[in-house]
Amino acid sequence: MSTVTSVPEGTVNPYALNHLDSLESEAVHIFREVAGEFERPVILFSGGKDSIVMLHLALKAFAPAPVPFTLLHVDTGHNFPEVLEYRDRTVAKHGLRLHVASVQEYIDAGKLRERPDGTRNPLQTVPLTEAIQQHRFDAVFGGGRRDEEKARAKERVFSLRDEFSQWDPRRQRPELWQLYNGRHAPGEHVRVFPISNWTELDVWQYIEREGIELPEIYFAHEREVFSRNGMWLTAGGWGGPKEHEATETRLVRYRTVGDMSCTGAVDSDATTLEAVITEIAASRLTERGATRADDKMSEAAMEDRKREGYF
Amino acid sequence: MTTPILPALSAERLSATTLLRFATAGSVDDGKSTLVGRLLHDSKSILTDQLEAVEQVSLSRGQEAPDLALLTDGLRAEREQGITIDVAYRYFATTRRRFILADTPGHVQYTRNMVTGASTAELAVVLVDARNGVVEQTRRHAAVAALLRVPHVVLAVNKMDLVEYAEPVFAAIAEEFTAYAASLGVPEITAIPISALAGDNVVEPSAHMDWYGGPTVLEHLETVPVSHDLTACHARFPVQYVIRPQTAEHPDYRGYAGQIAAGVFRVGEAVSVLPSGRTTTITGIDALGESVDIAWAPQSVTLRLADDIDISRGDLIAPADDAPPVTQDVEATVCHVADQPLSVGKRVLLKHTTRTVKAIVKDIPSRLTLDDLSQHPAPGQLVANDIGRVVVRTAEPLALDAYADSRRTGSFLLIDPADGTTLTAGMAGTAFAAAPEPVVADADDAEWDF
Repeated sequence: MSTVTSVPEGTVNPYALNHLDSLESEAVHIFREVAGEFERPVILFSGGKDSIVMLHLALKAFAPAPVPFTLLHVDTGHNFPEVLEYRDRTVAKHGLRLHVASVQEYIDAGKLRERPDGTRNPLQTVPLTEAIQQHRFDAVFGGGRRDEEKARAKERVFSLRDEFSQWDPRRQRPELWQLYNGRHAPGEHVRVFPISNWTELDVWQYIEREGIELPEIYFAHEREVFSRNGMWLTAGGWGGPKEHEATETRLVRYRTVGDMSCTGAVDSDATTLEAVITEIAASRLTERGATRADDKMSEAAMEDRKREGYF
Repeated sequence: MTTPILPALSAERLSATTLLRFATAGSVDDGKSTLVGRLLHDSKSILTDQLEAVEQVSLSRGQEAPDLALLTDGLRAEREQGITIDVAYRYFATTRRRFILADTPGHVQYTRNMVTGASTAELAVVLVDARNGVVEQTRRHAAVAALLRVPHVVLAVNKMDLVEYAEPVFAAIAEEFTAYAASLGVPEITAIPISALAGDNVVEPSAHMDWYGGPTVLEHLETVPVSHDLTACHARFPVQYVIRPQTAEHPDYRGYAGQIAAGVFRVGEAVSVLPSGRTTTITGIDALGESVDIAWAPQSVTLRLADDIDISRGDLIAPADDAPPVTQDVEATVCHVADQPLSVGKRVLLKHTTRTVKAIVKDIPSRLTLDDLSQHPAPGQLVANDIGRVVVRTAEPLALDAYADSRRTGSFLLIDPADGTTLTAGMAGTAFAAAPEPVVADADDAEWDF
């Protein structure tokens, strides 16, 4: 067998990038491609760790100029107050513009109906897609990662959506080299996932390396919770707990941030980034398996929601 | 020795790792899903809830053992039909390295998907069933890896347990494959005898094959060099975006943002801007907020230049004494990836690095049969999954390298201007790398069938 290597074994290649630098460089390239080719891009920003990392990458990509994108948050009305506070503080700090699409307003106006199970995650699709149409966004950045879920693992970095925001997995464009094809007809848009190739651990390591501030709920703290479907949910005005569900105070933290009605906390004593990383590296559960109720609804729950226009 | 799995890692050890992107290719029943499943499973990358979900579905279908293919077949249609339709990306890690695995379908009609997976891969694993040896599909996979210039190819001779772990079986297959792939110009081939099902030489060394002294699949993936000697590469910087803050703090800042496609750039270096050909000097390099003296591929940086010349997205910055030729006539090997055919006379868009230009297909001189590498002259058109030669005339000049010199600046897409469909993946220049000179030209060479 021939063995032709460019660098002799045992030597350190001075030009090798570590995995975080590789992922960062790739994500920045994607942000700049969108800035170069689209008219009205927007970053989905929820105040969750993935969107916080995305904003951080966008800030670095265009420095010392400001980020050339606005932000959009789909507020379910059941968001954690600490996260909303973080969102508003961050937007103000960087002089950004934030659009908020409110699920509560849609419910109050009778355009959406509350589900019997109380979860509002699936209800986000309509306000999201209407906001995209209303503001004529042609590129919508999302913090989706392919390691999160098996339907996401199949999605391209540039994901074309039709005028109804629908994803058709069988009509995806092959994505070759780093040549992203963002062509779309008027009314269509492209969902863009710059951190597709990151894992949950990569996100946390990057947060640590870059010294990025996060909402407090990502770190262990005492919280009033109750158990539902094997998850610790935060008690609150959104509708929990029910009569038979007893609350207790536990030391917990969140691995994901979403709607309070379907995002569970995990038992944890990790109060620092280092402790969180150690905990994640040892965890035998995926982030979604541990803390998201809506993905457990059916085998293809995510694929079905994505087809309808969800991220 | 295999390296410990993730849970034993400290944060410091984790952050020192590099990233390897690789692709797997194999025919339908070669055991690719089993190999992928085992790599993921034995590196502890399948977590409890994922495995439980797979077990639940397998059980509900009446299967006795969990079907690991369900882990990678993420779409409804894939699970319903029991086949992999599209490329799936998987992620796993050891103490030494992070891996991005492009898991590509094996069916002939999905050649375009292997091309997709191989386009960003630094290594390809080609799976062979030890009982069948090198078959048409194996040659096709080797040819695609060679066309896409994947730097490292691993031949995994699977199902060794079904041939009594016999060395001669492995040796014959390895020899045939290596000779074939080397003739296509694949620079490095590593053959490994494995049983994905029994776990031989995938993560753990086999107890059944004392005669094999090489690495396991995972060991090889962990140690194969991923970055090349960039000082030997032609430096290339496609301009993505011009950064001009025009703020009180930075009234005069003007930087050219992009990802270095190849080679190294230094402050003080004389550069040419293509296609205009104007020359200037690099006065500063900003690496995502930090000022540096030197930067290299694939870093995303911002270059500042001495002269305020007209540069915009789509231009290419290269060393003044090592700039690529500028041309409007592109000759290339292409893989057609769309359902609608590509015909002579078709008007298209050509996307090369950050530049998209109008173009017309002037000629399709030949179509390649991957099975035997024979050329069919003047096919008139290319249909989905065809690989062929095309000649394209562009409306504007391009600074195009040969794909052999740079996968990044020698590759392009043809796009349908009507609906935006990605039609064709293009690689400029000659199709296969020249075969390396044989060290000893002995009589055996005459028996090679190519």
